[in-house]
Amino acid sequence: MEPANRAFDGHTVAVPGGRMLEAPGRPALVRSAAVLLLKALNVAALLLLVLIFAMPFVWMLSTSLKTLPETMIFPPEWIPRNPVWSNYASAWQTGPFLHYITNSAVISVSILLLQMLTIIPAAYAFARYRFVGSGFLFSLVMVTLMIPTQLIFLPVYLELSAFKLLNTHLGLILPFASSAFGIFLLRQAFRQIPEELVEASRLDQAKEWKIIIRIMVPMVKPVLVTFALFSFIAHWNDYFWPLVMTTNETARTLPIGIAKIREVEGGGTWNILMAGNVILVAPILAAFFLAQKHIIKAFVYNGVK
Amino acid sequence: MTVWERLRPYSMVAPAIIVFAMFFIYPIFYMMYLSLFDWNFVSPTKTFVGIQNFVDLLSEPDFRQVLSNTTLYTVLTVTLTTGLSLFMAIWLNRSGFFYGLVQGAIFSPHIISLVSISLLWSWLMDPEYGLLNWVIGLFGFGKLEWLSHPSTSLISLVIVAVWKGLGYNTLVFIAGLQSIPQDIYEAASLDRSRPWTTFTRLILPMLSPTIFFLVIINLIGSFQVFETIAIMTQGGPVNSTNTLVYYIYEAGFRFFKIGYASAAGVILLFIVGILTIVYFRLLSSRVHYR
Repeated sequence: MEPANRAFDGHTVAVPGGRMLEAPGRPALVRSAAVLLLKALNVAALLLLVLIFAMPFVWMLSTSLKTLPETMIFPPEWIPRNPVWSNYASAWQTGPFLHYITNSAVISVSILLLQMLTIIPAAYAFARYRFVGSGFLFSLVMVTLMIPTQLIFLPVYLELSAFKLLNTHLGLILPFASSAFGIFLLRQAFRQIPEELVEASRLDQAKEWKIIIRIMVPMVKPVLVTFALFSFIAHWNDYFWPLVMTTNETARTLPIGIAKIREVEGGGTWNILMAGNVILVAPILAAFFLAQKHIIKAFVYNGVK
Repeated sequence: MTVWERLRPYSMVAPAIIVFAMFFIYPIFYMMYLSLFDWNFVSPTKTFVGIQNFVDLLSEPDFRQVLSNTTLYTVLTVTLTTGLSLFMAIWLNRSGFFYGLVQGAIFSPHIISLVSISLLWSWLMDPEYGLLNWVIGLFGFGKLEWLSHPSTSLISLVIVAVWKGLGYNTLVFIAGLQSIPQDIYEAASLDRSRPWTTFTRLILPMLSPTIFFLVIINLIGSFQVFETIAIMTQGGPVNSTNTLVYYIYEAGFRFFKIGYASAAGVILLFIVGILTIVYFRLLSSRVHYR
């Protein structure tokens, strides 16, 4: 389309002979009514979609503030008249929750720090140096990328048991001290930095590690931030690994504690169970509302590249 | 080049490679080795039994049901998630506050712990007082047993998996759609091609790398489903939701049949391995990739 046609307020103007020139009259009226109806239907469908995804969370919150008999009343009361805040206290008292939360924080943060220490140099070396065996070593990273933890938990359990690392924080941290996914992402990012930049700083006689820390790492900061979000959320939420690698409370994390409420309180006490569930979900949902764009980017766009 | 300059790259990759070798690569071989033995974890001796574990596994009706459960769960979850999310991506691929809100809402389950999601849906699907039975009751349907009946338990788990995965898949598709150059759409509309033709001839081929990416990660993810089963059904009722990883977990940690569990692990490794190879083959040959 020629620029001359993009006149006035920036909208496309009808091209002579084009489809946009319509004779005014009844058919146009019918058409605009149909368009309006379609728009209304679209909005209704969008609202329904939001409802399908938001309602379970609202229901969780609502249940967590009810008495047990109130959870069995239908049609349900969405906002309980007398919110029972003590459900949260009851949930909290089913186990050492402060201990669980501390464990979760210590383990997720340690994993993240160790990953940063191991993936930055590795990704930089794979992106920037040529060395004998780099192809083989990188294919090792790619193989690791495809191995899910659900596949290897049994042999790793035996391994950790041989090292006397079961029921320790270290046993939950060390297997994730590096990340194949992180190396893969960062290597791409390091590769996109122009070679001239590195050469220029080399001419300044700067030491190689100084170049990496002062120049290269700041340039890949967005990728590091998205990876950090991804890693932290994944390990904060993880249930599988702490479940299979612990047999007592020493190193157990928050998701295990929440899942255990049911054993302590019995099956039907949904109000207390949902209160515990809110404790687990609320921080992540709050973070999601605050940094929605970054979090979505961390999970979605990294997966596509 | 000094010696240090030669060694530097190795020293930089070493920490990561050591972690991978110790906790990912070596365990794979160790698991293969263990699958050839009969061992209960406590006894000091392992008895070599060759492929007997595999023979026993494959002739055990329970394990065959585990395989068919896992396959059915995977096929249903992957088809529903991928198909629905492609449709939703085309629908929701618009900017603006409201669409942003909808995209955020459907994505939110993806970052929530599977523990929370499993507990929440156990409550929603409660046969007596669950919200779902009340909602379908409003439309005149009778109460369903959901997780408590063998005929509906597996499909209930599929519903939860689709609910969790839909938003992520949709947003990946939207990212894929947005990476298609705009002039291609314009060319298509100038050619006055019908929307369906534009979709099948232009959009689908351009999206094929995204589709393959999603199908493969959904396949691998579904084959190793564990959390929802451990929390919502424990493999029941009557083995109707027992899947591979849960089976391995029970064989290893409840019955201490390490060799047996390892053999089941090798079968899972085999499946995941084939899927991975197929993925890279397709990626390098058939798929349009920029």
